[in-house]
Amino acid sequence: MNHRAEPMLADPLTTPLEALDVSDPKRFEYDCWQPLFKRLREESPVHFQAESPAGPFWSITRFDDIVEVEKNTEIFSSEPTIAIVDPPPERRSRMFIAMDQPEHDVQRRAVQPVVAPKNLQEFESLIRKRTGEALDALPEGETFDWVELVSRNLTTQMLATLFDFPWDIRHKLSDWSDAVTSDERMTAGQGLTQEDRLEIVMEILEVFTRLWHERVGDDVESFDLIRLMQRDENTANMVDDPMNYIGNLMLLIVGGNDTTRNSMSGGVLFLNDFPEEFARVKADRSLIPSMVSEIIRFQTPLSHMRRTVTRDTEFRGQHMKAGDKVILWYCSANRDESVIPEAETFQIDRSGVRNHAAFGFGIHRCMGNRLAEMQLRVVWEEALKRFSDIRMVEPPTRLCHNFVRGFSRMPVQVTRY
Amino acid sequence: MPVIKFIEFDGTEHEVDADAGMSVMEVAMKYDVPGIDADCGGGAVCGTCHCFVEESAGPLPAVDPQEESMLGLRPDREGNSRLSCQLQVSDSIGDMTVKLPEFQM
Repeated sequence: MNHRAEPMLADPLTTPLEALDVSDPKRFEYDCWQPLFKRLREESPVHFQAESPAGPFWSITRFDDIVEVEKNTEIFSSEPTIAIVDPPPERRSRMFIAMDQPEHDVQRRAVQPVVAPKNLQEFESLIRKRTGEALDALPEGETFDWVELVSRNLTTQMLATLFDFPWDIRHKLSDWSDAVTSDERMTAGQGLTQEDRLEIVMEILEVFTRLWHERVGDDVESFDLIRLMQRDENTANMVDDPMNYIGNLMLLIVGGNDTTRNSMSGGVLFLNDFPEEFARVKADRSLIPSMVSEIIRFQTPLSHMRRTVTRDTEFRGQHMKAGDKVILWYCSANRDESVIPEAETFQIDRSGVRNHAAFGFGIHRCMGNRLAEMQLRVVWEEALKRFSDIRMVEPPTRLCHNFVRGFSRMPVQVTRY
Repeated sequence: MPVIKFIEFDGTEHEVDADAGMSVMEVAMKYDVPGIDADCGGGAVCGTCHCFVEESAGPLPAVDPQEESMLGLRPDREGNSRLSCQLQVSDSIGDMTVKLPEFQM
């Protein structure tokens, strides 16, 4: 599908590198980020930018360098936060993605069981049933928005299940997730202000505090996140530390929400852009698991993660100072042809398909990765049973965002067998 | 050439001749032994090649800090847990019996 070029953006190949804003979310909105990052990988793989809406930062763009940084948690800390923008200290919530060892490990271990493969097996038939219902409800012969009716719908249902959240207000989960990631400094001024976001954070805290008190000590057999926290001695008092409680809740709401949602949408785009791959998976559905990994790589639903340097250090000949911000551009790693041959093409059964950067590396590697894969696999299994075609009728609308890579609208028509 | 016996979680056994210089993970992938995912391709940065070394003829190399930090997050970690990508087949380790976990995550 043809993507609009944005004539107002500086030419990424001829403009001096020091004059380019690597963090510009408009390049993601117009899907024209690839040449800039390719140039960085080749000419300046550890690249310092002195000014940006989020202040000065380093960009790491090569796959192997990103792995190296993520292994070194002592020098490249995940504190105070893991996205390019710095929240002011009084509004910082505490989540284990933004903690170092040993505290990170204690919290992650307590929360991990909610997405352990054994638990996922319990969820799968419920997910499949709901997926089937959502797909059966899609109109035929008319254009609808896949983002709303499929991606957002199904991932919201999944999240509500993970939290045992009141079903009738489950839409709040995806609304909250979107609100929290819509910092105006990552979206070129669009979206909510920090004040708006604070109000929403307060609502989230109020609802989840109530849920905690309602169910603490009950002996309902459930693997939902809140009960898991309550029943592990390390996190049994989490509600008494509201910023930590909110932090971990938001981590799972955000981490489990728009990432999967945007990969669910992305798959439709890629199969339309690469119709030979669509034909292959329709003819051989054993390719679905491999296709899911390739979808996640190609979408890279979070474009970056950020680390903060703890002491002066040298990396690949560049001198970094304590306090420097280091951005690991996962989107670039996933197009790094020194590691992934023909990385710019969508190949559903490429060799080493699971070896991509979208989930990160090391102790912070995405905890929900199997849950995401399972949801995507089930969507494609159920969709390919029902539809001979899933056609994008016009280019999707992409988010203007330098952290979340996704779609706000994807007009689609389906044809049933 | 050392022999590695892989035992899947359900008890299915696979006995293979392992090439010296390959990691235990690479041997499993080469012989299509189910139960090891090896998402990161052998860099000790994903934890999905987790295994339990039931027996080895000779001593295993020590667990280094990177491997330890990944093993420490496995919910099913045991005393004999290793990342199979960090174990190189060699005559000094010799024959091995390796059990595989129910799941990788």
